[in-house]
Amino acid sequence: MTGEQTLSDTPWLEQGAEPFIKIRGVTKKFGEFTAVDNIDLDIYQGELFCLLGGSGCGKSTLLRMLSGFETPTSGSITIDGMDMSNVPPYERPTNMMFQSYALFPHMTVEKNVAFGLKQDKIPVAEINDRVHDILTLVELQDYKKRKPQQLSGGQKQRVALARALVKQPKLLLLDEPLAALDKKLREQTQFELMNIQEKVGITFVVVTHDQEEAMTLSTRIAVMNDGEFMQLGTPTEIYEFPESRFVADFIGSANMLEGRIVEDGPDHVRVKTDLGEVFIDHGQSVKEGSRVWIAIRPEKMHLSKEPPLKPGPNQAFGMVDDIGYLGDISIYKIRLENNQIIDVTAPNQIRPKSRTHTITWEEKVYLHWQASSAVLLTK
Amino acid sequence: MTETSALAVVDPAPPRLGAVSQLARRMQAGWRSIVIFIPYVWLFVFFLLPFFIVAKISVAELKMASPPYTDLIKWAEDGIMTIRITFENFTYIFEDDLYSKTYINSLKISSISTILCLLIGYPIAYGIIRSGPVARRLLLFAIILPFWTSFLLRVYAWMGLLADRGTINNVLIWLGLIDEPIRMLYSEFAVYIGIVYTYLPFMILPLYANMEKLDATLNEVAADLGSRPMNTFFKVTLPLTMPGIIAGSLLVFIPATGEYVIPDLLGGGNVLMIGRLLFNEFNQNVDWPTASAVAIVLLFLLVLPMTIYQYYQGKAMEDQ
Repeated sequence: MTGEQTLSDTPWLEQGAEPFIKIRGVTKKFGEFTAVDNIDLDIYQGELFCLLGGSGCGKSTLLRMLSGFETPTSGSITIDGMDMSNVPPYERPTNMMFQSYALFPHMTVEKNVAFGLKQDKIPVAEINDRVHDILTLVELQDYKKRKPQQLSGGQKQRVALARALVKQPKLLLLDEPLAALDKKLREQTQFELMNIQEKVGITFVVVTHDQEEAMTLSTRIAVMNDGEFMQLGTPTEIYEFPESRFVADFIGSANMLEGRIVEDGPDHVRVKTDLGEVFIDHGQSVKEGSRVWIAIRPEKMHLSKEPPLKPGPNQAFGMVDDIGYLGDISIYKIRLENNQIIDVTAPNQIRPKSRTHTITWEEKVYLHWQASSAVLLTK
Repeated sequence: MTETSALAVVDPAPPRLGAVSQLARRMQAGWRSIVIFIPYVWLFVFFLLPFFIVAKISVAELKMASPPYTDLIKWAEDGIMTIRITFENFTYIFEDDLYSKTYINSLKISSISTILCLLIGYPIAYGIIRSGPVARRLLLFAIILPFWTSFLLRVYAWMGLLADRGTINNVLIWLGLIDEPIRMLYSEFAVYIGIVYTYLPFMILPLYANMEKLDATLNEVAADLGSRPMNTFFKVTLPLTMPGIIAGSLLVFIPATGEYVIPDLLGGGNVLMIGRLLFNEFNQNVDWPTASAVAIVLLFLLVLPMTIYQYYQGKAMEDQ
C-alpha cells in the first residue's frame, strides 16, 4: 500500500527474509486433548496464507491463538517482532473476521464499522472518512444506515470484512470467511477478497475447510490434521506434489494404488501394482521391495475405447460402472478387473451430436497416463 | 452483487377439496377461533368486568347501606333514567396529602427495590449464562426453588430473622458485635429486604431468557476491535440485554407498587404503601368509593410504565 518496498511474490524462498509472523513450538491443550501440537510456522508480509483442514484439526485454535482468544499452552507467537504472549486481544495489531460475521445487531452498518475506530479515540471526522472509504471499497456505501438484519448474507459478509479492515491491522485473520455464502457468490467473493487484499496490502491468514477456496485464494497453504501440519506449500505444490496419502486424498481426489517398488533408478521408479506396472519418470530413492502408494489424479488419466497399440506400463482397462455428467466435465467410474473403482474425469470439449455419450455404461475402456502423472507416496 | 430477477410465479389452481377435507378445514377454523376466544373470555370475566365494577364504585357516593355506595343508575317512577356520577372521591384523593404521600412512597419503595433487584439480579443472570451446562441447570433450579414454599411463609420467616429478638440480632449479640439489638423489623429496611427477596426471581428469569439469546461471539468481536471488557459491557452487552432489563423491571415494579403483604408484615404501621391504604379504606373505614378511586388511580399509574414497555417490546420486535 505504501510502496516503500516491492514485496517478493515468494518471500518464503528469499534468503534471509524476515518472517512477519513467527510461530515457534506452539502447543495448545484443552485438558487431555491436544488441539495444536508443537507447530512451527513463518508467515511473511503480504501473504494470503491458508490453514486448511477438516473440523477439529486445530486450524481455528491456531487462528484464535493469533488473535489472542486462546493462549498457547507452550511455545511463542511473534507478530512483526512483538512477542504476543501477554498481549490481550484488544491490544493486538490483529483483527479478525468471524465465521458467523457476528455483526452488532443493535448498530447500523456504519456504526458496526466505526466501532473499532472509536476504541482508538480517533477524531470523528477521520472516523467518518475511513468508514466511508472502506464501505466504498466493499461497495456498501449506500447501506450505511441499514441494520444487520436488513442485509443479505453477502452484504453481511462484506460489512464484517470492512469492520475488520477499517482499523488497518497488521494482520487480518479470517475464520471461514466464505462458508456461509452460496456457491456462486462464494466463487465471486473469493476473487473480490483477493483484490481487496492486494489493494490494502495487509497480511491475511485464512482458516477454511474448503480446499477449492484455499487453492484459489492463497499464496501458501498449510494442510492440518490432528493439530499438526501435514504439508506446507503453494497450491500447486500441495496439489501436484502431495507428500502423503492424507494430503493427496484431502486436496482434490486421487486414485490410490498400493504397490511394491521393483526398480528404483536415479531418474525413474517402477512400481508393481494390481493394475500392472507403473512407471514414474523421476527418481525418489525408495528401498526396493518396500510398500508404497501411487496417487493418480482423475484428470490425469486418459480414457479410450481403443486398446493401446502396444502393451506397456501405465496402462489399465476396465468397464464403465457409472458416469457422472457435470456439464463441463464427466466423471467416469471405471471398474477394474480386481473390482477396484478408478475415477477418471474427462472434459466435454465437443458437443455430442446425439444426446448420448460417446463412452457409455458397461463399455470396455482402456486407461493410460503419462510417466510424470503418478505420484509416489511412502506415508 | 446482482440480485437474480424474481421469476413470475404462477399460482397453481387450487386443488379441489373433497367433502371430508373441506369439513376438516372448517373444523380447524372453528377450533382456531375457539382457542383465540378463550383468553378473551378470561380477560373479560376476570379483568374487564371487575375493572368496570370498581370504576363504577369509584364514581359513586358513600352510603350507609349494603353495599355501601349509591347506585350509578336510578329509575324514577315515570321511567326517567338518571345517572349519578361524582368525581369527589378523586378530588378528595388529590386534596388530602395522605394519599399523594402514600403514592409517592409506594413508587419510591418499588423503584428502589426494582433498582436493587436489577443490580443484584443482572450479575446473577449473567453468571448463570456463563456457567457450564450442568451448573446452569442447578443454578436456575435454585432460582425457582423458593416458589415451592408459600410466599406468606417466607415473609414470616423474614420476621423471625429480623425481629429484635430474632436470629440475626441474637447471632450478632452472641458474637459480641453489638450490645443492644438493632431495630430492623417494622422499618422500611425490612420492607426493602422483603420485596427484593421476593421479587428477585422475577428479575432474573426474564434477564436469563434474554441473555440466553445473546451471542457470546459479540464480546470477542468487541475485544478484537480494541474494546476493553468494561467498555464492551456498556456498548454491547447492556444495550442488547435492554429488553430483558425492561421486562424484569416491570415484573418487579408493577406488583411491588401495589404490594400489601410485605409492608403490612415487615413494615408494620411505620411504612405506608398504597396497598395497605387501600385495605384500610375498604375494610376499616368501609369507604368503598374512595378505595375504588385509590385503586383506579393506582391502575393508571401502572398503565404508564406498561405502555412504555409495550412500546419498547414492539420496537425490539421490529428490529428482529
